[in-house]
Amino acid sequence: MVSNGTEAVRTESLVRHYKLGQSIIRAIDGVSLTIKKGDFTALLGASGSGKSTLMNLIAGLDHPTSGSIVVEGKELAKLESGQLAQYRRHTVGMVFQSFNLVPTMTLVENVELPMRFAEVDRGERRTRVEEALRSVGLSGRLEHRPSEMSGGEQQRAALARALVNRPKILLADEPTGNLDSKTGTEIMELIRGLNREIGMTVIIVTHERPLAERYANRLIFLGDGKLLGESANTPGGTQ
Amino acid sequence: MKAYDLMELAGRNLREAVLRNSLTTLGIGVGVASLVAMLSLGVGLQRLVSQQLGRSGLFDSIFVVSRQDMRNDRRQDVKPDEIKLLDDDARKRFQQISGVVEVYPDIRGMGEFRFAGPGQKEESYFTLMAGLPLSARRSDAFDDLQGNFFSGANAPEAIILNDFGRQLLGITAERGHFDDPLTNDQAKQLLGKEITLRYAERQSTGDQPAPQESADASGFSVVRKEQKLKIVGIVNAEPYGGGRGARSRVLVPMDFAESLNMIQPADLRSLMRSGQGKTYVALIVRVAKSTQVLGVEDAIKKQGYSTFSLLDASRNISRFFTFLDLFLGIFGSLALAVASLGIVNTLVMAILERRREIGIMKAIGASDGDVQKIFFCEAGSMGLLGGALGVLMGWLIGRVINFGTNIYLQRQDIKPENFWYVPLWLVAAALGFSIVVSLLAGLYPAARAARLDPVKALRHE
Ligand SMILES: Nc1ncnc2c1ncn2[C@@H]1O[C@H](COP(=O)(O)OP(=O)(O)OP(=O)(O)O)[C@@H](O)[C@H]1O
Ligand SMILES: [Mg+2]
Repeated sequence: MVSNGTEAVRTESLVRHYKLGQSIIRAIDGVSLTIKKGDFTALLGASGSGKSTLMNLIAGLDHPTSGSIVVEGKELAKLESGQLAQYRRHTVGMVFQSFNLVPTMTLVENVELPMRFAEVDRGERRTRVEEALRSVGLSGRLEHRPSEMSGGEQQRAALARALVNRPKILLADEPTGNLDSKTGTEIMELIRGLNREIGMTVIIVTHERPLAERYANRLIFLGDGKLLGESANTPGGTQ
Repeated sequence: MKAYDLMELAGRNLREAVLRNSLTTLGIGVGVASLVAMLSLGVGLQRLVSQQLGRSGLFDSIFVVSRQDMRNDRRQDVKPDEIKLLDDDARKRFQQISGVVEVYPDIRGMGEFRFAGPGQKEESYFTLMAGLPLSARRSDAFDDLQGNFFSGANAPEAIILNDFGRQLLGITAERGHFDDPLTNDQAKQLLGKEITLRYAERQSTGDQPAPQESADASGFSVVRKEQKLKIVGIVNAEPYGGGRGARSRVLVPMDFAESLNMIQPADLRSLMRSGQGKTYVALIVRVAKSTQVLGVEDAIKKQGYSTFSLLDASRNISRFFTFLDLFLGIFGSLALAVASLGIVNTLVMAILERRREIGIMKAIGASDGDVQKIFFCEAGSMGLLGGALGVLMGWLIGRVINFGTNIYLQRQDIKPENFWYVPLWLVAAALGFSIVVSLLAGLYPAARAARLDPVKALRHE
């Protein structure tokens, strides 16, 4: 399967089954979808519908049971674990719902970590860290540990870390799930800024439909591991 | 990931659980210390023994006899025409073999010694006398010499054994104290005194007129001679254990002994044979290093002589020490093996604790190899630190035990010895071994951390 130049993600009959004893859990059960470059896509669905599983497959953290998944022209199912690590370093940036940061590291160290694996020059790292932290409004907290910061600040730091290797796609699994609506909105604004200003492809998982409708230009609905439907959306204004 | 980042990450992980990691490192240290302590004891003892053996002179000497004297020995089937004489020619040839330091005859003969104790009448004593090369000075037999060594190779001087000294003074040692040194007073009554030697000289009857006493057709006659000797030293035992012969109780310088031309017990054998010039009963060939003994022995055997050396005994001794070292090493390693389990335990604990962290690292781009290397590096660091600590502790333990033992030895009137020795190779080997063992211990935890499924690690509980 070849992607044309405008596709960021394309899945074909994507399946991810988990075996639990005798029973098989069909977390993702034949999903075919396409996400274009520059899209702001929201994955919606009830709890257990397979949203996180799909995100992990796109992130190259999980392997499909069958089917194919092509991200930025790479067939992920065919990559070896070392190549997948390479892919995670440079192509995608990830933000999770919680426990995003390494608790024993300061903010700077957390944001610097992906660059260690990507073997970025030591001289360049500090500039990039400061730049990333400035873009999420955390310039003053460089030497703090995660436990000394609020949930919103932690999530912003995680965002900075996801961006520091300049990925093409930002993957965020319920980035506002643990935050109050005001802080949640702040995070979403930041993400929208990235999407609009540098044209970064964004995929977020959420089960808050209003939030999705306000920011995303595409909505994808999952249920029991299957694609229920998708719709274009005209995002609302800033608050 | 770059080596520097690897070290830094491993280092900060170690610092995060500083107590647990320090204890694990200490465990490794104790293991290495026990290994170092055990092996340095083995190595030290071996060094001590080989030094002492080296100084005894037994292991760098080869005893050479003519094969004609071996004919009674059934093991050696010697045809008469193969017999080579042990004469001056042979002595010169031996001298030229590379590695040979000196060649001297084994001279020992019976003499009558006349000596007057203080305020006593002169009396006569019969005993064996032997020639001793000046090189014997370094033998450990002279460690407790009373008086002096010979002043020269031709000096008419004698060193006597202490039991002979007692005999001259008319003292009988108590049972069990025959080897005790003389008291200073007793020694003073002997040192510097003259003793008269009467012996039988062997004179060859070539062109010389027939001597007064006995003569025979076979080539030499026996003449009674007298010679005054000065007692310069008193010693506990004959150096080189007296070689093969009977114990000689009076020692004189080798060249002087040769010039006496004294008749030796073995000369009687040559009385039975005729037509031979001056020959030696036995020659002693001394080599520079005991490792050269075999080669030189071979060369002499090829020239047609029989040889003896104590090298076989020394080989057994070094074999014994190999076993001792192995034994001590195994026991020492046991502690290290137990300590390495500590590393496994610590790192497996760390994996459980850092599950989520490992998941995050993988999600943001760490490869399985990166994760594995971090854990490996942690194990290696503990090994290196523990090894260094252990070498230090082992060395200190050694010092302390050596010190304590020497205090005990001194109380027992035994000369203190440094039987503890930590050579550089042992330090390097202990460090290397500790790192290797630690890395082996890190193998399983590192592989387990690398295999950790990031999806499972990141699922929120
Ligand atoms: N490692 C796993 N082993 C077994 N079952 C799993 C595993 N991971 C996910 N599942 C199952 O797959 C299904 C989909 O899980 P997933 O986490 O993708 O749901 P979700 O849509 O993200 O739900 P939520 O909104 O609660 O986060 C669930 O039924 C879940 O129990
Ligand atoms: Mg989820």
